[in-house]
Parts: sequence; C-alpha cells; structure tokens
Amino acid sequence: MRYLPHSAAERAEMLAVIGAKSAEELFGAVPRHALLTRPVDLPAHSPEFLVEARMRAMAARNRAGADGPFFVGAGAYRHHVPATVDHLIQRSEWLTAYTPYQPEVSQGTLQMLFEFQTQVAHLTGMDVANASMYDGSTATAEAVLMARRLTRKDRIILSGGLHPHYRDVVHTYLDNSPNLVSLPASPEGQGDILDRIDDDTAAIVIQTPDFFGHLRDVKRAADAIHAKGGLLIVVVTEVVSLGLLEAPGALGADIVVCEGQSIGNALNFGGPYVGLMATRKEFIRQMPGRLCGETVDADGNRGFVLTLSTREQHIRREKATSNICTNSGLCALAFSIHMSLLGEAGLTRLARLNHSRAAALAKALRAVPGVELLNKTFFNEMTIRLPIPAAPVIEILAEADVLAGVPVSRLIPDDPAVDNLIVLAATELTTDADIDMLATCLNAAIGGAA
Amino acid sequence: MTTRYTEDHEYIRVEGTTGTVGITNYAQDQLGDIVFVELPTPGKKLKKGDEAAVVESVKAASEIYAPVSGTITEVNLALQAEPGLINTAPDAGGWIYKIALDDTSELDSLLDDAAYAKHTA
Amino acid sequence: MSMNTQGRPTGTGTASAAATGSSLLPNEPLLFEIGDTEHSGVDLPDVAVSGDFLGGFERKSPLSLAGLTEPEAMRHYVRLSRLNYSIDSGMYPLGSCTMKHNPRLNEKMARLPGFADIHPLQPVSTVKGALELMSELAHWLMTLTNTAAVCLTPKAGAHGEMAGMMAIRAAHQATRQNHRNVVLVPESAHGTNPATAAFLGYTVKAIPARTDGTVDVEAVKAALGSDIAAIMLTNPNTCGLFEPDIIDIAKAVHDAGAYFYCDGANFNAIMGVVRPGDLGIDAMHINLHKTFSTPHGGGGPGAGPVVLSEALAPFAPVPFVRDGELVEHPEGTHLGRVTAFNGQMGMYVRALTYMLSHGGDGLAQAAKDAVLNANYVKARLGDVFSVPFAEAGFCMHEALFDDSFLEGSGVTTLDFAKALIDEGYHPMTMYFPLVVHGAMLIEPTESESRQTLDHFCETMLDLAADAKAGNAERFTAAPTRAPRRRLDETRAARQPKLKWEAPQPLPQAAE
Repeated sequence: MRYLPHSAAERAEMLAVIGAKSAEELFGAVPRHALLTRPVDLPAHSPEFLVEARMRAMAARNRAGADGPFFVGAGAYRHHVPATVDHLIQRSEWLTAYTPYQPEVSQGTLQMLFEFQTQVAHLTGMDVANASMYDGSTATAEAVLMARRLTRKDRIILSGGLHPHYRDVVHTYLDNSPNLVSLPASPEGQGDILDRIDDDTAAIVIQTPDFFGHLRDVKRAADAIHAKGGLLIVVVTEVVSLGLLEAPGALGADIVVCEGQSIGNALNFGGPYVGLMATRKEFIRQMPGRLCGETVDADGNRGFVLTLSTREQHIRREKATSNICTNSGLCALAFSIHMSLLGEAGLTRLARLNHSRAAALAKALRAVPGVELLNKTFFNEMTIRLPIPAAPVIEILAEADVLAGVPVSRLIPDDPAVDNLIVLAATELTTDADIDMLATCLNAAIGGAA
Repeated sequence: MTTRYTEDHEYIRVEGTTGTVGITNYAQDQLGDIVFVELPTPGKKLKKGDEAAVVESVKAASEIYAPVSGTITEVNLALQAEPGLINTAPDAGGWIYKIALDDTSELDSLLDDAAYAKHTA
Repeated sequence: MSMNTQGRPTGTGTASAAATGSSLLPNEPLLFEIGDTEHSGVDLPDVAVSGDFLGGFERKSPLSLAGLTEPEAMRHYVRLSRLNYSIDSGMYPLGSCTMKHNPRLNEKMARLPGFADIHPLQPVSTVKGALELMSELAHWLMTLTNTAAVCLTPKAGAHGEMAGMMAIRAAHQATRQNHRNVVLVPESAHGTNPATAAFLGYTVKAIPARTDGTVDVEAVKAALGSDIAAIMLTNPNTCGLFEPDIIDIAKAVHDAGAYFYCDGANFNAIMGVVRPGDLGIDAMHINLHKTFSTPHGGGGPGAGPVVLSEALAPFAPVPFVRDGELVEHPEGTHLGRVTAFNGQMGMYVRALTYMLSHGGDGLAQAAKDAVLNANYVKARLGDVFSVPFAEAGFCMHEALFDDSFLEGSGVTTLDFAKALIDEGYHPMTMYFPLVVHGAMLIEPTESESRQTLDHFCETMLDLAADAKAGNAERFTAAPTRAPRRRLDETRAARQPKLKWEAPQPLPQAAE
C-alpha cells in the first residue's frame, strides 16, 4: 500500500522490540468477540489510476457551473478565483500544517489569521473579527447565542428575509425555543421585524442583501433594536456586496456574520466554506471561535499567538462560549489571499461589475412576458414571479443546460405563496450570451402561460 | 481585622461586617500571569461557596467562590485595566470584591493563618 | 485607516535587526505594510454603476483593504508559509490529532470541476454524481462502524458531536424523557465533550478514571439514573487505551435508558479492526481530517460525519442521501439542518479517495501500523520516560508519558516540548489528557517509517538525558532555532491587539 512505509520484515522487527508476538496481540484489550476475524466487507486497495478513474466517472455525472449559463445563488455564489489562490493554498506549509497552537513554528498561519481578522473587520466596519467559523449559517446561530449571553435576554427575532436554511440552522441550534420568533418569508422585501421588537428581545437578525435580493435598511433596524436594549445581528451571504454597499458596522450593527465563500472559495456543493464573524470590541469575550493577537517573542520580535483562549472549549470545557474547535483555516487563507489580490480597488471594481451584470439580468427578465421582477433594490441577486410554478420550469431549463436559479419552493416547500418564485444571481462570470439564453428559454418555458 | 482562608485559596479580610476577598499569594503563584478578571455586580447576593468571580491566566480560567454568604458591596475596577495587580499585590491592590457578611459566624469554618500555611505547605 | 504612504518598509518595524529582502530570513511585513488601497492583483473592468437599484445604501465609509499585485502576493504568502511547520516537512507527534500523510491524489480529485464547481442548490438532476459520492462515502462509514445511518453534514468533529447529541436529545424528547438532563463525561475527555453537552443545555457530571486510565464500569453504573441522558466516551480513550469494559458500559447505559455517544476522534486506531457498532455505541462522529487524511489546513476545514444506531437514525438531521436521492424535507422525526447546505463536499471527495486507495484491507493495515508505531515509541522510550498506567499493557495508536522523569531537573513538560522544536520536530501534545500530571501524548500515526521513528526516539532520549544531566538551559531557553522564540502570551491577552492598526504619527516633541 503506497501510503504505508513498513515492509513485512520491518513490522516483525518492530514487534520484537515491543515484545509482542503479533500485531493482534497489541489489540489485546479489545473484547475478543468484538475483534473482526475477517476483513470488513469493502473493496480492496486500489492503484492511483483506478481510483482516479472511479472518481472521474462520478464527477462526470455532475453538471459543472462552467458548462453553461448559470444563475444559481441563494447563499453560495460562482465567482472567478485567481489561479494564484489555489496554487498558494496547496503549498505544503499551508495545506498540511496543524492548528497554530505552537506559535514558534506557526507564524505563517498566525500572521495570515491576523491579516484575515483585519480584512474582515475593515470589510464589515466592525472593531474585531475572529479567525473564522464553519460557514455563514452556523456563524449566524453562534451570533444568536452570543447575543443571548451578552444581553441576558432570550427572545430572538429572525427576519423574513433571512435565508431559509439559516433560519433552519438557528432553529436546530436553539432546539426550536419558544423564544425564537421566525417571521414568514418576505419575498417582496416587506419590512416586518421592527414592530415585533419588545423589551425582552435579545437580538433581531436581518440579512442584506436578503434572501430574495432586496437591500435592507440596517440603520433603521439598529436604531429600533437599540432603543429596546437589544442587539442587531446582520447577516451577509454575498460578501462581494460589501465592496459596493455600506458596511453594517458603520450603520450600527452589533454582530456581523458573513458567508465568505464568494472570495477565494469554490462552490464545492456546499462546503467547505468560511464563516466570518465580527463584533464590537467590548463584546470580544463573548465571541466564539479562535482569535489571533499580536505580541512579541523573547527577543522582542513581533509575533502572533492564538489568544483569549480561555473562552474556548479546550480550556473552559463546559463553560466555553461554544464547542467550536476546528474551524475553516484553509478557506480563510483562500479568502485572505483573494482579498489581498483584490485590495480595495479590486473589490470595488468586482462589486460594481457584479451589480452591473445583475442590472443587465434584471432588464432582460423584465422583458420576458409574464415574468415579474419583485425587486426595487438588489446587489447581484433578485427574485422573479412566474405565472406558473417555478420548480418544473427550472427542470425544463436545466434540460436545456441553463441553470436558471433556485425555485423558492425547494427551500420553503409548504408555502403556496412562493411556488412561482425563482431567486437568480448574476456575477462577473455572467455573460450577455448567458442572459440572452436564459431569457429565450424562460420565454419558451412559460410562453403558453403568459 | 481578621483574615481567613478557604481551602480553594481565597482569602477574606474582615473589618466589622465587611470582608475584602481576593486570592492568596500561593494561588496567584500557581496560576501564573493573570490576564483577565470577570468581576461580580455590586448588589449581588451570594451564598457561601457560590461562584463570585473568574480569574483567567493565559491557559486557565479559575472560579473564585464566595468564602461566606453576603452581598457584594464593591468590586475592584482597577483589575479591568490591570489584572496583573493580582500577581504583584494579591492581598493589597489585587483584591477582587468586598462583601457584606450575612453571618460572621461563617468565618469560624474557614482557615486561619496557621491552618492555611499548613494547608499550602 | 490611513494606509502606509511612507514607502514600503523592509523590516517588521520592531526591535528586530533582521532586514528582509532575503527570503530566507524569518520576517515578513504585514500585508497592510506592503500593499495599499490602489494596487490590485486582479484585472477587472471599471464599470460605472447607477444608484437606481441601490436604495441609497452605497458605501460611504472607506474599505481600507490593502491590495497586492500578483508577484507581490505570491512572495508574501510563500514567505509566510515558510514560517510554518507542516506534515509534509516533518513528523507531528501530536497525540489525539492524527497528523498523517495527506495524499495529493485527494487534492486533485477534489478539484475536478464536477465536484468543485457545482452548487448545493442546482437541480438535483444535475448532481447525480455528487449524490452517488455521498452514498458511497456513507456506505464506507456505516460498514466500517456497523451502524444504521450516518449524517454527513457536520462541519467538524465538535459539530458532529453536537449533531449526535442533538439526535440523542430528540430521541429522549420523542419518548417524553425530557427530565434526562445530565450527561456523564469522564475526566479524561476532550474539552469539546463537556462543551457540547453544556451547549445543548445538559449538566455535565464527571466520571473519575480508574488507576489504570480506563473508565470503571462500576463508577458508570453508580452514576446512572433516571436523570442521565447519555454518556460521552472516547474509545480508544485519550490515554491511548482501549476501554476494556466498553461493552459492559454500553449495556449498563442502555439498561438505564440512556444513550452511548462515542467520541470517534481516535477511530484511526481501530478502523477495519473493530466496528464501534459492535461495541454498542449509539452515535459517533468521525473526523475526516484525522482518520481519513483530509488536510488539516492550519486549523480546518474539517468534517465530522456522525454515524447513528438504529434507535437514533430517525433523528438524523437533514439533508441526507437515501437510495441515491437527496432528502431535504423528510416525513417524521428528523432534526432540521445543522448547516445551510450539504456539508463538506470537498472533504467527502478527499476522504472517499483515501478510502478507495486503501481499500478495507489497507485501512485495517493502517490502523495496525498506527498502533504498532505508538507501541514502538512507547517501547523505545519507556525505560527513560515515565509511563502512567503501565499495567494497562500495550497502548493503542498513541503513547502517553508523564513528567515524573523530569522531577528535579528544572525542566517542565512545556520546556521539553519546546526543545523538540530545536531538534526539528513539532512538539507532542502536552498537558492533555488532564488526568495525568504534565502529560506528553505522542501519536506517530501509520505514516512514519521505522527510520523516522528511530530518529525521533533517539532525539527524545538525548533530550531526556540532557534534562537529567542538569542542562536546563537547552530547555528553558528553547526554541532558539525556530522563526520565533517563545511568544509573550500574557501580553497578547492583557492588551489584545487583534487587528492591524495604522501607526499613529509620532507626537510633536514638547517645546
């Protein structure tokens, strides 16, 4: 087996040093009848070329994003990632390093995390950011728990514009707590959350751009919740939007969580992604996840360490802020490299380009008879209403090799009001030809109904 | 003025019915550099043995228990900016909180100087 | 933030005299000290944008993000990378972390567009291969563990623990056993176990270890009662020992109406040799980034699928693949999502590639070699290093030592570990498990050759001899040959500096 260095002779010699007669003797503590007497019922080892062939056959049964027009978004976005990013993250020293608990031999990872935290803080307009979470959805749930700790209140209100999967994750984390209020989906971008705030409200959670693409008024939400002594959690699933839209921190957000996948990370069918979490300085000690801080070494040289670890599970055990341990280090690296390649100038251009492609998409969609665009505002994503149920239309278009977005009913299956809705995204990769193709196919698919 | 100790290395220095609570020199030495102190809220009522505060070193978080029952009257805000006071002067500038004792007879169950010295020997 | 306008510094701006310019010196300025807001390494057209659809929410505050051109970025990140230790450059004797070789075929496969460039919400008819891959991975995991179901989606081990414990909680709720609010956790457990239990609202009750480092079935029985929801046990345990009474413990737990959560962090020791389902476990997470070689990446991403017994299968979180179909909205008692999408697909691809490469036979051989290597280290070091629980006999995949051999030397476990850095090794796991004083936990994994192990052991013996000979300086001053000496963690924690701040202009000298 190509990954195992020992020869049979070496194994025998080593057993002799150990003083065991056989490898089986080393498993002597295992109850006899629990020890397998024959190999597990799985295929035997395989040479590299055969494994590769098997994997390629599976990959070939999937329709990759690059294979044709692609408008799927809804929390994960298809962007171009510079070749440099993927080259760098495959370097041994990044890819195969352990968590930087030994700072003397982990300064690369630590300095990168310090830079990452700075980038995230600037991007969100907050004081501090942590060294990443699993993804945007779990970061949202953690933010909700953090707000409860900070306010010592229980009630949480989720906006109807929050991604339905994120809502589901928060419900799972909070065990469907009766103090968790989830407002009905608001595909028209209707504001509903501010009237619901009361003195027992720990936090409200709003998303902008929201699941349906609408831009939400962060400042108004912040003022309303702060007046009642609660916190505002702002969720951003399309982090490129922050290149064009005001930072939530500048508008009064208390905790900002983002899905960072758009920068540096491929779609990967949903993971691994990278959750960003940023907050105010005074809330640091209730923030979950790792934090990297600057210090000096014994010679006075600048260096970096993981710090404030007493919040974490390996020290605090049952009193930790979260049970999170492994996070998304390499995805954070990919994010950080891509973001430093972009810089302020590049991110601004990228955001503008995304918005302008979305504007072209909106224009084309509105020209399709029977299609109603629900958005007055958007960044790079929008919702349309068809005259007929959306899910079958998506399938018809997929057969024409156009991935036309996400039928809302797939995420919210029990609400007839959303049956005819599709959420579509455009990015810098969306071409005029893609948009023409979509409009043509959509027109054909709903032509009879319009 | 009397000073009494718990087996968990808190001290309480009592004047009248008010006690000043901190951790002993022995405790600070064992914990190493203190980097953060989570202080209680004045007015909070505690029973003997309740968790009153948390002191954190780089690698450990240790709960500080109430050596007696009573009400917190004052906390040492200087520790927020300078938690190292617990290391440099645990029984002076490094005190953690003051407590109005409910029942001074609870002090009888604590260790005196000699007993604590023996406990840490 | 005002960006650096004073030209590009060549040093770190600290007391260090080291000038960079040579890529071989261990200093690299921060991104924000090299780049500025004008430079960019990505060519994009500068399109004009109208405010028509932006509702007045355009950004007014500065982004202050430093940009680098491509050659600058390449150098910055390559130079930074050289300050890291990695498994490709040397052995990680890190107990409980399973730092094994990361095959590059896995990386190549994960980057096939058919896996990397597919969206979690594109029509299921267009991702049949992805569903096939998830089914296949599930089949391997269930076969290796002899369990009824697996929830693939958890993002890491601790997340898998959470999902598994949630399934246990849901099972109790379904049978109106909500009063079960206590979880038993042995003192030797990973920190995530009590953290997870507390996270879900359980009270944690510690179970003391026996003097031989294993859990006493009688202590478990004594602690069991109508308030116990579950026990969380690591097997092989964190002392590197197989729990000999595990089957009896499982039976006692089940007899008391509780469930058995097994922390699968140490599955590498027994994969293909022992199936946890045969031991009576109800739920167990599997760290794909430990056992199945997906790269650790400097702290993730991980993946923590959790296998479930027949009793817990109805409570598996969504989504999952059943009969080749993606199930997102099932009937019945299933838990909701623990993450937005389908879990760590990129890690599934790597793990399955690894499994197919090894085959069932190769996985068993890998487990046996991991155990062989740990016992070899233990045998070679055992005469000099102090071995707790020696009466337990052979260890599993990791060898545990305590610090009594250092008594009187003035050298601590930490000093000893830091001295290893100067010999070219990553330190072993220190001060864990907590039940052993000054613990040193060494897990060589199956990836290390005998030659590497011999060299490592000779280094360890040399260090031990030096410590005993009174040469404390080699340890207390260590490391001296790493990119940094020991870092001041107190300063970092007392005055947290968690992001780069533009240097303040020097105050004008007073007149």
